[in-house]
Amino acid sequence: MSQHEKSQNFLSKIKSNRKKRFSEDSVFRATVLLIACNIFIILGLIIFKITQGAWLSIQTYGIKFLWGTTWQPFPPDPTVPPSFGALPLIWGTLITSAIALLLGVPISLGIALALSEFAPKSFNYIISFFVELLAAIPSVIYGLWGIFILIPFLQNNLYPQLQATLGFLPFFQGTIRGSSVLTGGIILAIMIIPTVSAISRDVFAAVPNSQREAIIALGATRWEKARIVMGYGRSGVIGAIMLGLGRAVGETMAITMVIGNSFNMFTSLFEPGATLASIVANEFTEASSPPVYISALMEAGLILFALAIAVNASARLVIWRSTRKIKEAEML
Amino acid sequence: MRSYRFRKLEDLIMISLAYAALIIALIPLASILVETVSRGLPAMSFSLLFEEIPPLGQSGGGIGPAIQGTLIVVTLASIMGIPIGVFSGIYLAEFRQSRLASAARFLNDVLTNVPSIVLGIFGWAFVVVAIGWSVIAGAIALAIMMIPIVTRTTEEAIKLVPLTIREAAIALGVPQWKTTLTVVLSSAKKGIATGILLAVARISGETAPLLLTILGSRFWFSGFTQPTAAIPLAIFNFSQSPFRTVDLPRAWGASLILIFIVLVINIILRYSTREKYG
Repeated sequence: MSQHEKSQNFLSKIKSNRKKRFSEDSVFRATVLLIACNIFIILGLIIFKITQGAWLSIQTYGIKFLWGTTWQPFPPDPTVPPSFGALPLIWGTLITSAIALLLGVPISLGIALALSEFAPKSFNYIISFFVELLAAIPSVIYGLWGIFILIPFLQNNLYPQLQATLGFLPFFQGTIRGSSVLTGGIILAIMIIPTVSAISRDVFAAVPNSQREAIIALGATRWEKARIVMGYGRSGVIGAIMLGLGRAVGETMAITMVIGNSFNMFTSLFEPGATLASIVANEFTEASSPPVYISALMEAGLILFALAIAVNASARLVIWRSTRKIKEAEML
Repeated sequence: MRSYRFRKLEDLIMISLAYAALIIALIPLASILVETVSRGLPAMSFSLLFEEIPPLGQSGGGIGPAIQGTLIVVTLASIMGIPIGVFSGIYLAEFRQSRLASAARFLNDVLTNVPSIVLGIFGWAFVVVAIGWSVIAGAIALAIMMIPIVTRTTEEAIKLVPLTIREAAIALGVPQWKTTLTVVLSSAKKGIATGILLAVARISGETAPLLLTILGSRFWFSGFTQPTAAIPLAIFNFSQSPFRTVDLPRAWGASLILIFIVLVINIILRYSTREKYG
């Protein structure tokens, strides 16, 4: 074999190797791509399967399901067909989430500021671990703690005082119950604190130091510096709050265990109520017949799904835009 | 301009309030931990861990099948969820510029935030309707919870692998797939393991999806197409029992076991990620 042939041989070997390699790489690429597509398939299947299950209810009650106020799977008069409407559930979900935000957000912002602006760094590490532990505790344990520790405490100490001082307001009137909408809101507030505070802390930590230095140079106090930081990270904080709202809306077990599970268009926060999530957890396994009962519960789940996705997607959008803004500002 | 004294006072008040918020948030945590330990510890015994669950209100027995059930369902969910999550994460990190990847990344975030009860409904409609209340249905629902968490952390871990390592492999003539699967993956394995642990910690305490899929049972595991028990479900059932003197200690005992598992995983996570950030 001549030298030339030898080198020709070698070259073609390399070429075929490279070809093989390219095909191997494209096989690899195609495989991971297919696996990554699971996300589209899963979400598609979830939407399809739940809509399919809810279809009977959607057909029977139409759009009125959203503002109907009766929930009668077994009407007292057996000739009357069962009827379902979700307004009290939507009401319960919105009010408990609103209470959670009202109580949880100021506390979370306080924590985020304390950790990012006021406290020494060595202290941060251990404290943020404890705050994050709040997120790790399973929701059923929150529920158990809610029933046997939180409720007795609130019912005997806080609620009577609350009624004595603010009893003239319509939502603090009536008999005080431990298993009530207010208790549900309070437990949700505790559960969203780790989410909101952790993200806000990261947002504050991302605020460029030049901002802090500038305001300190003007002679600001620590609180005035913190206000500038909060103002700078405002949209990120809004995103964090909305993620907290998303968590509050979808939370199931803890709230099911403390809200009292009563289908009720409540006006007083001391009344028991129900949320979209709690009614599913509470009634689904027993709802074998009539078929429209299960279907109505699935429609409640579908509304919850839509609500959670809307809240979370807008939260992502807000956070994404705010981090982009900060990045752009840093580049200038 | 407000007076200096006023600003000083305001500063003091606001900072005290921030620290007060910190303390207020830690009270429930302390209360949950203290109550679970003080009420759960007296209930701890050999029989609690290893005996069958008695009917509500009956003394004796334990939560053995619930512990077994949780182990089985979480393992099965991990077998399904981890490979899918890791490979999706590889795709998102290695082909990050493609339009499909950014769509997948967004939907992954959406899936992370789907309420767990909705996944329970899905598990019911997708599996339970076909084969009945079963371990498989529960494992599928939990796997769907795991996938976005594992995907996300795998992607982040792979992105942290220095380009030089990758270049070294490519310079040696290693094809891309081999580079990814051996060199890149092994330098990212700590981050990936963190994500997997995080996902396992999260699903082992989940109740809502299991309620609608594995239903709960008092007996030992009897097949993948049968209902089974789980620790969170047992806690829920005991908490709803009218026979509080008998069933409540069990609920707290089960909670202590569950909190112990979750805490251990979290402390491992904290410890293993410490060098990276600290």
